[in-house]
Amino acid sequence: MTDDVILKISNLSKSFGPVRALKGVDFELRQGEIHALAGENGAGKSTLMNVIDGILQPDSGEILFDGVPVRIASPAMAQKLGVGFVHQETALCPDVSVAENIFMATTNASRSLLMNYRTLEQKAAEVLGELVDINPATLVRDLSISHQQLVEIAKALTLDCRVLILDEPTAALTEKEAQILFRIMRRLADKGISIIYISHRMVEIFDNCDRVSVFRDGQYITTRNVSEITPDDVVNAMVGRVIDELYPRKQTEAERSDEIILNVRNLNERSRFRDVSFQLRKGEILGLAGLIGAGRSEIVKGICQLEGEVSGEVALNGKTLSLSSYQDSIAEGIVYLSEDRKGDGIFLDMPIAGNVSALKPEQVANGFGLILRQKEESQAEALGARLNLKYGSLTDPVSSLSGGNQQKVAIAKMLSVNPKLIFLDEPTRGVDVGAKAEIHRILRNLAASGVGILVISSELPELIGVCDRVLVVREGRISGEVTGDRMTEENIMHLASVGGAQAAIQ
Amino acid sequence: MEDAVSLTGAPENKSPEVSFIHRLLRMRETGLIAIILVLFIVMSFASPYFLTWVNMRAMVMAFAVEGIVVVGMTILLISGGIDLSVGSVTALAMVIAGWLFLNGVDPWVASAISIAACTGIGAFMGFFVTRVGLHHFIVSLAIMVIARGACLLGTGGRPLGLFTLPPEFKFIGQGSIGPIPVVIIIFLAVVIGFDFMLRRTTLFRKVFYTGSNEKAAAYSGIRTKRVIFFTTTLCSALCGVAGIIYMARFGSAQPTFGIGMELNVIAAAVIGGASLKGGSGTIFGAILGAVLLSVVSSSLALLDVSVYWQDIIRGSILLTAVSIDHYLVKKRA
Repeated sequence: MTDDVILKISNLSKSFGPVRALKGVDFELRQGEIHALAGENGAGKSTLMNVIDGILQPDSGEILFDGVPVRIASPAMAQKLGVGFVHQETALCPDVSVAENIFMATTNASRSLLMNYRTLEQKAAEVLGELVDINPATLVRDLSISHQQLVEIAKALTLDCRVLILDEPTAALTEKEAQILFRIMRRLADKGISIIYISHRMVEIFDNCDRVSVFRDGQYITTRNVSEITPDDVVNAMVGRVIDELYPRKQTEAERSDEIILNVRNLNERSRFRDVSFQLRKGEILGLAGLIGAGRSEIVKGICQLEGEVSGEVALNGKTLSLSSYQDSIAEGIVYLSEDRKGDGIFLDMPIAGNVSALKPEQVANGFGLILRQKEESQAEALGARLNLKYGSLTDPVSSLSGGNQQKVAIAKMLSVNPKLIFLDEPTRGVDVGAKAEIHRILRNLAASGVGILVISSELPELIGVCDRVLVVREGRISGEVTGDRMTEENIMHLASVGGAQAAIQ
Repeated sequence: MEDAVSLTGAPENKSPEVSFIHRLLRMRETGLIAIILVLFIVMSFASPYFLTWVNMRAMVMAFAVEGIVVVGMTILLISGGIDLSVGSVTALAMVIAGWLFLNGVDPWVASAISIAACTGIGAFMGFFVTRVGLHHFIVSLAIMVIARGACLLGTGGRPLGLFTLPPEFKFIGQGSIGPIPVVIIIFLAVVIGFDFMLRRTTLFRKVFYTGSNEKAAAYSGIRTKRVIFFTTTLCSALCGVAGIIYMARFGSAQPTFGIGMELNVIAAAVIGGASLKGGSGTIFGAILGAVLLSVVSSSLALLDVSVYWQDIIRGSILLTAVSIDHYLVKKRA
């Protein structure tokens, strides 16, 4: 590692509408270093990387490449400057061979009319040779996710890059593959290539990187030499934030109940989660924390049979359930509020009343299966009033509402069947602050009235503000539980990224 | 999307009259009716034969039976599917019933078997779509060719003359009750029945949910594959019904009947507001679309426009209508 700065970013800002994703960020990358980026989801890491790769254009600020100011207008231009970017999600052509995928960019630039497959495969084998043993003639669709990720990395290596960005490359890799990747990273760095390494795993950062920069809420916090700090310092810098007073009061000692609403024991789903056991008590709001991809949504979707083939025991109010479909789950009173509201939570172009009744249209129909308009509208009206829903007419399409009110329609849909237990996945995503506080109050009232409430959220302040108890999921297992004073962002992040005692034993 | 909104029906609170007129003006059906009226007025001046009872009756007869297929197609489109095989399956219905009749089967029994066979074809397509996971377009394209092949195979390519059909059977296609042809009565019964069910029943509400957002429907506990299986089967079953009525009307089974029918039927549904993406459409609108196409055809024929030009004009109308609609929807959004 030298002290020559290859890339310097100063006072860079980027907004998406009213959301300020980057607020005057600074960043400096030296030649031949492995530089880790740390920060919570939404801290601005990805936005910054997309700016460097020319995918996004900054609103203001300066980018110096080799000391020269540049405007990176497109990924093609970033490639010319020598920036290679391995995205977290692979973007390969599934029906084409590994070799062709690896040399896609070079093929594009080649002047030759015909493809020379033999040379292509030979060259691909050379590049892959160091990484993994894959036949270059294999179609990408036939590879495992981890091998696809390695092909993606090989593809970046063939570009003559000077800056290589790796966005959580180990998320899909096995431990052994990850170790090979780290060796290659170090070798590239020794050759003078600079690597930006994004990861949530503190161990990887501290074992393999030279420096680490921390981002939080779109702001640059600090850059330190890894040798001079501890993982806890990094986590503290990532989350150090004052929790506002917007949250409803929590359960008091007197309100605590031993009555168990949901009892989950030894839940397994092939590769997605293992040995998941927990209990949800009456009156409490239970949180489920964890990094994206840790298996939070998969666990609750598994319980209500929306997804996956789950084994294990689920009991509701003391009664063991044998659910075989989500229809069964709804019939038992267990419902799931989707994290992707527009994608699968509501029917955007259908009327509000029709959305609210969707879980059980039979409830607003007569014995002949005819929907009674008045019954349907009074159901929507009653639930709308309870949730303080703002709307023009119940026959308006849901798309005419604001994000917060759309979410209330989605919640009204859940409440229409008088559920005993609601799983809420990211209940306040894309919702403004006011509606967010309202939704939190609604959840508290529901819990107090005896409905089981389990909240999944990527926003730690939300979980800490709303929940009485938080379970942390890491790599498909429950790595720990925090309550009361122990419910801090530091503790949760620690359990989510490093792993708790329980995880260490396994 | 106004069509989706109107599925729960009438105007709401506030000032009912104002909002009713407002809603009426924004409805696609209103625009279609206006265009059809204008065509009527223009044509009644352009041709003395246009506004005659004979011409009106011929026009309605021309789209009434096809209108039954339009109903099935509209429901299928709302659920997010499409069926290219409607023309061949309608012809196959005639051929199966005709062949059975010529082999001594009672015409009513033959018709029932034929409609059941068409329902089976729909179920077969539904199986490939929902279980095998193929696209409606490909499955129905294959069935379109297979059913047409079966028609030709069963008849040797020549129409089956069914001169001995009993008069009470021919009554379905040729008779009248008072001044109104039986065909039109059946057509109206199918249209009104399905329009009502589509607007009001929980069963058909699930068709809208599925077409509007299949994943959200699944996340609302709706068995979306069953819904799609049902709409696919229903469409073919209605083709069977249409085929039988045609047979009674023509007194023959024509293996080459209905070539290109799918285009007319899909065009009518789309002009009437059904979306190829699913989730929206009304029977009433689709029938108005069929009326519009029929009035245009009839007008062009009365004005002695060449048949070849007629196709060009019909295609242009489809493109224009859908473009205007797309523009209006985008503007509203």
